[in-house]
Amino acid sequence: MNAHLHIWMIPLFPFAGFLLNGILGARLPKWVVTWIALFAPLFSFEIVENAARGLLGFGTLPSFPYVETCPVPWIALGTLHVDFSFVLDQLSLVMLLVVTGVGLLIHIYSVGYMHEDRGYARYFAYLNLFLFFMTLLVLAGNALLMFVGWEGVGLASYLLIGFWYQKDSAASAGKKAFIVNRIGDFGFLIGIFLLIGTFGTLTFAEIGAKLAANPAWQGGILTVIALCLLMGATGKSAQLPLYIWLPDAMEGPTPVSALIHAATMVTAGVYMIARTHVLFDHAPFALGVVAVVGAATAIFAATIGLVQNDIKRVLAYSTISQLGYMFLGCGVAAYSAAIFHLMTHAFFKALLFLAAGSVIHAVGGEQDMRKMGGLRKHLPVTFWTMTAAVLAIAGFPPLAGFFSKDAILFAAFQQGPGGMLLWFVGLVTALLTSLYMFRLWYMTFMGESRSPEVHPHESPWSMLAPLVILALLSICGGWIGIERFSQFLMPSTGVRVVESATPHLELYLTVAAVAVALLGWLIAHRFYGQKTARADELANAVPGAYRLLANKYYVDEIYGATIVKPLLGFSRFVLGWVVDVAILGGIAWLLGGTALLTGAILQRWQSGNLRSYAAWLALGAAAILLFMTAPSMLGAAGINMHLNWMGR
Amino acid sequence: MSSFAQEVPLSWYLLLSAVLFSLGVIGFLIKRNLITVFMSIELMLNAVNLSFVTFAHEWHAVKGQIFVFFVMMVAAAEAAVGLAIIIAVFRARATLAVDRIDLMKL
Repeated sequence: MNAHLHIWMIPLFPFAGFLLNGILGARLPKWVVTWIALFAPLFSFEIVENAARGLLGFGTLPSFPYVETCPVPWIALGTLHVDFSFVLDQLSLVMLLVVTGVGLLIHIYSVGYMHEDRGYARYFAYLNLFLFFMTLLVLAGNALLMFVGWEGVGLASYLLIGFWYQKDSAASAGKKAFIVNRIGDFGFLIGIFLLIGTFGTLTFAEIGAKLAANPAWQGGILTVIALCLLMGATGKSAQLPLYIWLPDAMEGPTPVSALIHAATMVTAGVYMIARTHVLFDHAPFALGVVAVVGAATAIFAATIGLVQNDIKRVLAYSTISQLGYMFLGCGVAAYSAAIFHLMTHAFFKALLFLAAGSVIHAVGGEQDMRKMGGLRKHLPVTFWTMTAAVLAIAGFPPLAGFFSKDAILFAAFQQGPGGMLLWFVGLVTALLTSLYMFRLWYMTFMGESRSPEVHPHESPWSMLAPLVILALLSICGGWIGIERFSQFLMPSTGVRVVESATPHLELYLTVAAVAVALLGWLIAHRFYGQKTARADELANAVPGAYRLLANKYYVDEIYGATIVKPLLGFSRFVLGWVVDVAILGGIAWLLGGTALLTGAILQRWQSGNLRSYAAWLALGAAAILLFMTAPSMLGAAGINMHLNWMGR
Repeated sequence: MSSFAQEVPLSWYLLLSAVLFSLGVIGFLIKRNLITVFMSIELMLNAVNLSFVTFAHEWHAVKGQIFVFFVMMVAAAEAAVGLAIIIAVFRARATLAVDRIDLMKL
């Protein structure tokens, strides 16, 4: 038994890196900044890896779940106690491995990618800050501490999306991400309040114990809490209807998109649902909503991804779509499958973004795929790693995405007729996924260059090494197999009762999934393989549908017209004019005007004439004297009596 | 105790003090020369001193006499400062008429 894993140091190292680089970074030489930034995730990763080896039997084994609580209490209000407690169990271990591992790789990649940037130290300070909050979120043993991390990653995301704040679009994209996330956070916060009211505690373990002691307790307030938490998750994980911030978040540097907006932060919602899964298990309706939101988001985002021309936007919509898969997995209570997909997705989507970053780097900042093409010859490493990622996300066996996507679809299929509908939506989404990913692949790497004046160059090795490692993970990451993976996660995510499916059924479903992936490839090959003109013909054939997709279903416009504009109008006219100018301003003017008027009258007294002052002084003294002696002077003989008494 | 003080009634002293004080106030209010105004203040202070001493003697209390010394001391200090100011004002403006020294206003 190893009693001291010191998991509290996992968030500490990135925080120290943030402080050092944030305060001193601008004055330190570049190589010092680099090493500070790289050692923070490296040390954290080492601690996590140490714990993982311990758990897998290669070292000293702590008893799981392993809890570390700060001896100083945080909040103690009557019966409610909230502490800084970190919990390391199977679930948080997997998540931490992804966060620190992929985080480390992306830090290394960033060294090459951001080398020329003026805000080098600031960038790494923010990146370390993100890792601090993300590990805090993952390790949190209660909902409030998780909320701290939740808000913190939102802040880091805001800072990094708006990293190039001189660009107007980047600054407003950061604001958009933050504000939309705030709407979700509102739901999360309400959920936390309801948890306090219902359970009197925020510790996940205690909530689980209370629910386990009362298995018949279903629905009611639990559904409300679960839906509130889901609202928080849809904000952070970019699900319908709060997904709109993620495509705009691509304004940030590409490694940031890879780390925050693909691999880790956006999966926080999935992690949160898995973490609080006991609640969802007791609220079947909420669980159904999770599944429907996930499936709807998956297919919705995939259709938009079909027609985007910005390479990063395609990946952004792909991320939203894949997150929808994870929600679908959570919604059919296949939490381990969702976490499995979270992990493999972290590998191949981080790889896709980093490879896209390498492409963008190579062609001098161009992100429009219509101006790329033929990059296969110039960027061999990027090309081959990207190919691995595309095959993985499209779901070709034996790459990682195949196993995890298959696990989710299989779990959905087993949920009765409604589940079959979800499965069908998931299958169509898989087709679309394969289609848009190969479209990206063909448009970027195949054919002839459409911008002959650009001379692309392969990226430095600091950028290629993470690509290669992630490519290996994307290929091998799924080989654990869903059975062993869910066996491992079982203590955290609970046992799922699965009706024993016939082996044939599983085989048929797998064949169907592979078939649609192949079909997607074939369609992409037909339309984008030889000449892209065919795709334009199709677009011209159905202009209405094309315009609808190209404009992303006009969701931004609809939100703008129905929510943003009325809100702005309300703020401007009701709050701005009526409340601020008329009411508050009126009161201020009244107070100020009274003082001015009084002053204008009273200043006549200050004549500067000494004798007038003296006269007022004497008058005042006389008045006070009169006031004080008035009672004894009331009688006619008052003064005489007084003098007589004194002269006695 | 067959002193003169015993034969003069208390009220006379107080009346004298009141008359002196009133003269000081009137002088302060109506005179235009700054030095005269200043002397009026001294007159008021001394009127008060007189009533202090009177009461101290009447009630055989020494506190009143101590107060008189305090007042004298303050008056001496005030005279020093006040006269210095008056001289400075006269040098600067070549007049001592209070009506014309009225810069301290809005």
